[in-house]
Amino acid sequence: MKSLTTALGLVCLASMATAESHATDKPVLSVLTYDSFTSEWGPGPAVEAAFEATCGCDLQFVGAGDGAALLARVQLEGGQSDASVVLGLDTNLTAQAAATGLFASHGVTAPNALPVAFDDPLFVPFDWGWFAFVYETAKLPTPPRSFPELAASDLKIVIQDPRSSTPGLGLLMWVKAAYGDKAPELWADLADNIVTVTPGWSEAYGLFLEGEADMVLSYTTSPAYHLIAEEDAGKAAAAFDEGHYMQVEVAAKLASAPQPELADQFLAFIATDAFQSVIPTTNWMYPAYPTAETLPEGFEQMIAPQTSLLLSAEEAFALRTQALDEWRAALSR
Amino acid sequence: MARRPVTLIAGGLAAVLLALLLAPLAVLGLRADSVALSGADLAALRFTLLQAAVSALLSVLLAVPVAKALARRRFVGRGALISLLGAPFLLPTIVAVLGLLTVFGRSGWVNDLLGALGLPQVSIYGFHGVVLAHVFFNMPLAVRMILQGWQAIPAERFRLAASLGFGPAETARHLEYPMLRAVLPGAALVIFGICLTSFAVALTLGGGPRATTVELAIYQALRFEFDLGAAARLALLQLAICALAFALATRFTVPSAFGAGKDAAGGPPAPAGWRRGADGVCLLLAGLFVMLPLLAIALRGLPGIMTLPPQVWAATLRSVVVALASTVLAMGLAVTLALAAARTRRVWPGLVATLPLAASSLVLGTGLFLIALPLTRPADLALPVTVLVNAMLALPFVYRVLAPEARSLEADYGRLADALGMIGFARLRWLILPRLARPLGFGAGLVAALSMGDLGVIALFASEQGATLPLLVQRLIGAYRMDTAASAALLLVSLSFALFWAFDAGGRRYAAS
Repeated sequence: MKSLTTALGLVCLASMATAESHATDKPVLSVLTYDSFTSEWGPGPAVEAAFEATCGCDLQFVGAGDGAALLARVQLEGGQSDASVVLGLDTNLTAQAAATGLFASHGVTAPNALPVAFDDPLFVPFDWGWFAFVYETAKLPTPPRSFPELAASDLKIVIQDPRSSTPGLGLLMWVKAAYGDKAPELWADLADNIVTVTPGWSEAYGLFLEGEADMVLSYTTSPAYHLIAEEDAGKAAAAFDEGHYMQVEVAAKLASAPQPELADQFLAFIATDAFQSVIPTTNWMYPAYPTAETLPEGFEQMIAPQTSLLLSAEEAFALRTQALDEWRAALSR
Repeated sequence: MARRPVTLIAGGLAAVLLALLLAPLAVLGLRADSVALSGADLAALRFTLLQAAVSALLSVLLAVPVAKALARRRFVGRGALISLLGAPFLLPTIVAVLGLLTVFGRSGWVNDLLGALGLPQVSIYGFHGVVLAHVFFNMPLAVRMILQGWQAIPAERFRLAASLGFGPAETARHLEYPMLRAVLPGAALVIFGICLTSFAVALTLGGGPRATTVELAIYQALRFEFDLGAAARLALLQLAICALAFALATRFTVPSAFGAGKDAAGGPPAPAGWRRGADGVCLLLAGLFVMLPLLAIALRGLPGIMTLPPQVWAATLRSVVVALASTVLAMGLAVTLALAAARTRRVWPGLVATLPLAASSLVLGTGLFLIALPLTRPADLALPVTVLVNAMLALPFVYRVLAPEARSLEADYGRLADALGMIGFARLRWLILPRLARPLGFGAGLVAALSMGDLGVIALFASEQGATLPLLVQRLIGAYRMDTAASAALLLVSLSFALFWAFDAGGRRYAAS
């Protein structure tokens, strides 16, 4: 059983490699968030530095997969989480989140800068964006201007599965908000345009960049990444006449928060310039609160839809099962 | 005679393994009162079974001629080709899918070629695309397993056949068919098992919700509906299907009985004529099928490989440590269980070693998370749990590679070793290690590389600091950095392959010495 001893040794070594420094005496504020927020390329590092400069605490982000995984994680942990704040749910999930009773109300009163009225006792918005189909301008000089135009064209699109991805769920709600009872017909018309449905945003966007589809479901701000970070002006988002469905990403304090005061302080910090100015070029979304500076150069080239669609959290939750069944039935034919 | 220690240890390990497989289901709240499956679940079950069965049969059938050609031909680059056959199996899903699409996609090489020739385009999306991807992943693995079988036929038997005037047809009937009866059911079983829990590949290439698998239904239940009981029921269903498939494969398996040889050099006869040409074509097609997507991945990742960000290297180190630890653990388990199966001639070691195939890594991860939660911070356990789960998920493959040879070893040398009183460590050192070096090396290579690439449970446990290389690739893609991700993925693939090659070649060299 020498091999087992060696294995155990290696396991110990491996856990030592992850052990975090608990050397500081400062109180630790643990924030549960999705992976791409806390990654080296997301807003996490800059937000952490800015908050730690004022709070006298140690801010630790804990990554937990994507937005949907976050809520599952909170529910798994019940009231026993180390985390005081959860950051990264969207409004398609907040009704379900509120129903768990695991979240506490916040005291943030600063007026937000969302294009629609948004006031929730539990959830503080931290950024938002419009869903849109992104395409390459060189390959598609005249993009479709509505869902029916898209459905009538022979353009190929890649979308995400609403059963495993939050953008996928967003598209489902977009179609539902714009077409209501006519949604099943629209999905049936769209069926032959859909190259494939991917489990998450990453696969869909990757497929689009590899040239597998003419358009991909993403955000109106996705072209800003290519423009600003890659100096590639060749991507654009198609403006749809129906209006664009919004994704509002929110944060909330857990009722069981080990650090309730720090959690309140962090939620208030979200509404400040130090947090908001990081968002555009790291999360590639719009700030949810006014910033001192205007948006970075390049964002002015993004489309600004006239109509913003957003179902209330309760409506979105109530419609989900039916919308999913319609979607599955239309695309399974 | 009293039971041997190895059997007792194997029994203990099997019990622990079973507990690790079933405890997560139990904590997820498995209740027997509501076993009804919805219409959507049944449709998912039908699709899952169909694609897994077709993928497994096709992979194994296509692998036979390739393995035969490899067994009887000698050519420059043969060793490299055999090594490369391990590669597709080790690719992280998203990397493999993008590689396949570069070749077979709408704007891929195949369609470019067809377009240039004025031929109609082919679409990879649909049932055939799912099967194509699964064959790409698994046919090379099947080739390696079957090749192992060919190499295990003692050279004396082929010489005897030649001196009796056997032609290729008689050799096939008397020597190769029995070997295939011993190897094929097991190979088909593991491939069926892997495809059973396929989720991202099936959905992405399947073209839409028609291609929903049970694993996706589990994902949906866990992530969006938080219906833990439903997830546990579906996971149990997967395990039950796997157990059924195991029973079926066991029924069809007829152990070969070639007896021991003198380890003389020389493989099966290599007939000239049209068979030579056919073997060449076969190897060329298989080589292209495996190599082209790999080439696409390499071309995509190469430009950025020198400018990878520093975080990548820390993640790489973590991944290698995890991979090596998983290898030691899985090999310990597999050797013990394979030897116990060979000695006792019972089916339980095989069943326990096969079940992890159908374990949903999502359910496993969630269950372990719930078990760990009251005890410690889950993030502190990220890497140990990853090591454990990787070892468990890799066990079925190693076991499948080891079991047939451990059985022949016991049949051929067991009584002699007993008579000589060669037991315990001496038996391991002087009989088992030298005679099983080849499958041990291949098996260890598989676990190491699989553990490098596996994302399985780490996403649930990982914190800010503890990212492994696959998780980092995922994060890079999530941050739009597709080029950097492609380079990091190439690094991941190269390292997995290097680990695989080091163990595999090491085993082959040790066996030859």
